[in-house]
Amino acid sequence: MGLGGLPDWELVYMRVTVLVNGEEKVAEDVWEGESLLYVLRERLGLPGSKNACEQGECGSCTVFLDEVAVCACLVAAGQVEGREVRTVEGLADGDRLDPVQEAFVETGAVQCGFCTPGLIVATHDLVRRVPKPTDAEIRESLAGNLCRCTGYEKILDAVRLAASRMEGVS
Amino acid sequence: MDFLRPTTLAEALEAKAANPRAVPIAGGTDVMVELNFDVRRPDALLDLGGVAELAEWEVDDDMVRLGAGVPYNRIITELGAKLPGLAMASRTVGSPQIRNRGTVGGNLGAASPAGDAHPPLLACAAEVEVASSTRGTRRIPAGGFFIGPKRSVLEPDELIVAARVPIASGPQQFAKVGTRNAMVIAVCSFGLALNAGKRSVGTGIGSAGPTPLRAPEAEAFAETEIDGLWDTREPLPDSMVRRFGELVSEAANPIDDVRGTAAYRRHALGVLARRTLAWAWADYRTGSWST
Repeated sequence: MGLGGLPDWELVYMRVTVLVNGEEKVAEDVWEGESLLYVLRERLGLPGSKNACEQGECGSCTVFLDEVAVCACLVAAGQVEGREVRTVEGLADGDRLDPVQEAFVETGAVQCGFCTPGLIVATHDLVRRVPKPTDAEIRESLAGNLCRCTGYEKILDAVRLAASRMEGVS
Repeated sequence: MDFLRPTTLAEALEAKAANPRAVPIAGGTDVMVELNFDVRRPDALLDLGGVAELAEWEVDDDMVRLGAGVPYNRIITELGAKLPGLAMASRTVGSPQIRNRGTVGGNLGAASPAGDAHPPLLACAAEVEVASSTRGTRRIPAGGFFIGPKRSVLEPDELIVAARVPIASGPQQFAKVGTRNAMVIAVCSFGLALNAGKRSVGTGIGSAGPTPLRAPEAEAFAETEIDGLWDTREPLPDSMVRRFGELVSEAANPIDDVRGTAAYRRHALGVLARRTLAWAWADYRTGSWST
């Protein structure tokens, strides 16, 4: 046992340097088994990515890791050393919402809002890859994001609207 | 706890040999769940994400040597024609976020009887390539890799390096039962591979036994019954397809658990086997499987 009654392994910490939303960030005292989600929310002051299931079921913590959509809860903090993360906080331009965020607001796709950040990032991922997604493609690409409020219809409206506005933009 | 970050395969193997209790992590879709829920506190994590050799696939003669770290989304987009059964199974894994991270190496390492990659690997007689820094490389037939629920023949100083998967020479199918069309751990699953070159039939059963299973009697029966039909491409008799389903059901060794009962799994497997054989044979007859 080590200091404070903690087992020795609790005392081995590391420093993680990662590019988040275009800025180099350093997280200190990171436990080796910690997730990227914990680092973002609790160490870097970025609570936009939500913490819900912690097992990749709900999609609330979806972020881009080197431009690939992933569940931040399933990425070990040490795995992002030297890499690039973009969170929902990195999408808006100052106070100006980006087209996906705007579409969610306009269509009423937000109720309690907890799933929204993950859905916004997942939608971004879709509309960047698929310019004119079909409804089947939308459903498939959002299959990993759970919403318990809306029944999804307004979310589908939002994705269709965002896709139509973002066509040709990237 | 240590966090080991090798950048080459040689380094990774040395790290594993020096820390045999280290848990390898690639996509993290299984390992991080155990850490998040405090189910497991390994002495060390061995991050394979920085090992470029594991993240590639290459054609080696008549097979694809699929690096253990290639994520499912790349199998779907890059290998659908060469490894159709594995690509189909990959499409049923989790969600886009999970498929962007999860790997066949991780599926093999977790060795869950429900792993989606396992039935197609069994059906097409793939091999698992494992390596140790001191004892070198060995290849294990997929059918001999699993020895119990979440247990495999992998030694503590070894890492899974690749799956060696024969390039399809006939139609392949995969079907899976679950409560929805995404984020499902299989209630049961079935992979089928028709090998028109060797005139053989391969099977793989998932989530209906302590390990993924083959159905050898169903394979032998189908090979005998189809024998003359490879050339004529005539339809398979209904009675034959039904019997194939029964033999697959009989090969399963399921239990009752939270996802389904043993009786349901056995029944559903018969249905999946029948359907996949009918689909695959229809593809063979029209030649629509070949690319």
